[in-house]
This record gives sequence, C-alpha cells and structure tokens, in this order.
Amino acid sequence: MHIPDGTLSPQTYLPAWAVMAPLWVVAGRRLKRALSARAVPLLAIGAAFSFVIMMFNVPIPGGSTGHATGGALIAVLLGPWAAVVAMSVVLAVQALLFGDGGITTLAANCLNMAVILPFVSYGLYRLIAGRSPAASVRRLVGAGVGAYFGLVVAAATTGVMFGLQPLIAHTADGRPLYFQYGLKVAVPAMALEHMVVFGFVEAAVTVGALAYLARTEPSLIAGTGVAAPKEKTK
Amino acid sequence: MTLRRLWIGLLILAVLTPLGLWLPERMGAGDAWGEWSAEEVGRQLGQVPAGMARLAERWHAPVPDYAPAGWETRPLSYLSVAYIGSALLGIAVCAGLAWALGRWLSRKEDPGVT
Repeated sequence: MHIPDGTLSPQTYLPAWAVMAPLWVVAGRRLKRALSARAVPLLAIGAAFSFVIMMFNVPIPGGSTGHATGGALIAVLLGPWAAVVAMSVVLAVQALLFGDGGITTLAANCLNMAVILPFVSYGLYRLIAGRSPAASVRRLVGAGVGAYFGLVVAAATTGVMFGLQPLIAHTADGRPLYFQYGLKVAVPAMALEHMVVFGFVEAAVTVGALAYLARTEPSLIAGTGVAAPKEKTK
Repeated sequence: MTLRRLWIGLLILAVLTPLGLWLPERMGAGDAWGEWSAEEVGRQLGQVPAGMARLAERWHAPVPDYAPAGWETRPLSYLSVAYIGSALLGIAVCAGLAWALGRWLSRKEDPGVT
C-alpha cells in the first residue's frame, strides 16, 4: 500500500499534501489537549510496533505480498489522532530511510494509512464496543472488525489513487505518464487481496496484541478508546 | 513500569522479521501490488512511462529496501541480517521521533500546577 515515487501524478500527490497539512495540525492540537505525559512512551512503542510489524510481508502464493500496519491497534489504544501522528512518523521514516513508499507520495500514503485506516478502524471499534468493559470479548471483536475494514478501505482508496492516473495523466496518444492501470483494475486488485488475506492479518495482529495487553498490562488498556487517559500526571 | 516487557517484545519481533523475507521467497510471491519499481513497470509495458521515469529515481534512500545499497543480489542470509539491522534502526528512529513529538505535544498541556 506504500505508493512509490513516480506512480502518482502531481495532480494527485499535491492535493494529498494540501489535505494532509491541516490534518497534521489538527492532530497536533488534539494530542496537546488529550495526550497525557504518561501515554508518550506508549505512542513511541506504538510507532515502533507499526514499523516492525510492516516488515512481516505476508505472501499470496505466486502473487503479491502485503502486511499488517498496526494502525488500527494504535487507534484503539490511544485514539485516532494519536494514530495519525504515530503512523505519519512511521511512513516518513520508511520513505526517507528505507525507500519504502515515495517522498512525493508521502502525503498520499499518510492519507490512506495514517488517516483513513485508523479512523475507519476506530469508528467501527467504538460502534461495536459501545460501553462494554475494557478487555471484554465484544471490545476485542470491535477491534478486529475495525482493523479488518480499516485496512480494506485504505487499500481501496489507495486503489482509487492508482486507478485515477491513466485518466488524468496521459500522453496525447493516450499512453499513461504514471501508474498504468485504470480504476477497473486497480481498485478491485487492491480491495480484493486485502479483503481475502491482509485484512484478516491486520485483525489478527490487533486482536492478538490487545488480548495480550489485557492479560499482561491491564492498566494500559483501561482507558482504551478514550483518546488516551485524560488525567494529568504530577 | 512494565513497559520494559513491551520493548523486549519489539526486539523479539525485530529478530523474527526475516520471516517477512523468507515466506514470500518460498511461496514465489513478488512485490506488493502497485509497488513495482520503474524498471519492472518498464518490463511490463515495454517502456517506463515518462512521468514515472522523471520522478521515480529522485530520492535515493540511504538503506534502500531495508539493506545497504548494492545488496540486491546478495544471498538471503545476508539480506536477513540487514533486515534485522533495519528493523532495529527503524524501531529506534520511529520510537525516538514519536517520543520527541509526544513530549513536545503533551508537555504544553501538562503544566502540572494550573
């Protein structure tokens, strides 16, 4: 889902920067209000977890690969705006240091994986979890369903960005200037492989990590779903 | 604080990351869909699209594809070691940046007195 440089036309990646810039400002403001100093180490661990879990490429035999992102987990634990910050950090490090995802396309990748993914995950999680107690099965189911659809929707929007390219950027004789496949190929390809395989990987990672935390570090997930514990530390 | 256990968990994950190289190799799986290199797209289409050619090679990452530059043809054992090293580097940089951002953002709302 990491769109490389050269795949998106400026008509696509520039608007993505224009959309992300205010979202980063809002995310910063939201954290200023809601992120307690106690939650800072968890934000760091969340970003590191996201980075390392994305290295576990899961193969479709004879086909492509994909991976979980950890973005749903961060959204559930610390709230969606914290996930925006943590995932943006991870995507920037991946692009700048490791060439995984482009520089021009960084904002587009953030839009998909640092905004759409955590917000879809978080919305569904809250909807399903309701007021059920922390670490209840219902809460885990909510997190799993949220993770699955968060990743699938993000894959679909990535597919839309891919698929728009031949429409909006081609030579006079119709040859693509950037990504070569249109919407009819790119959206189903991206959505299907994430619906069939990778969505379940994201769900498993999210539910597994939450269940583990519920058993070993219950204090960490006590405030789950409320964008980080609000009380201030002395 | 029991957070130490989570950091240890991250280190264990880092050591296991070569699974993310081996499994795709064993099962003949290629790049993630749409993440093909410009050369690969060139092979598929007969030529690299002009805009792609212009933008694709603009940024040269210091550790391209989670291994030192020029290691593409090294055996999987070398790449696995590089992959673990990249995991540790990535964990350190991501955690460090997120920590710094978190500190910067949370400190201002955290005067403690007012």
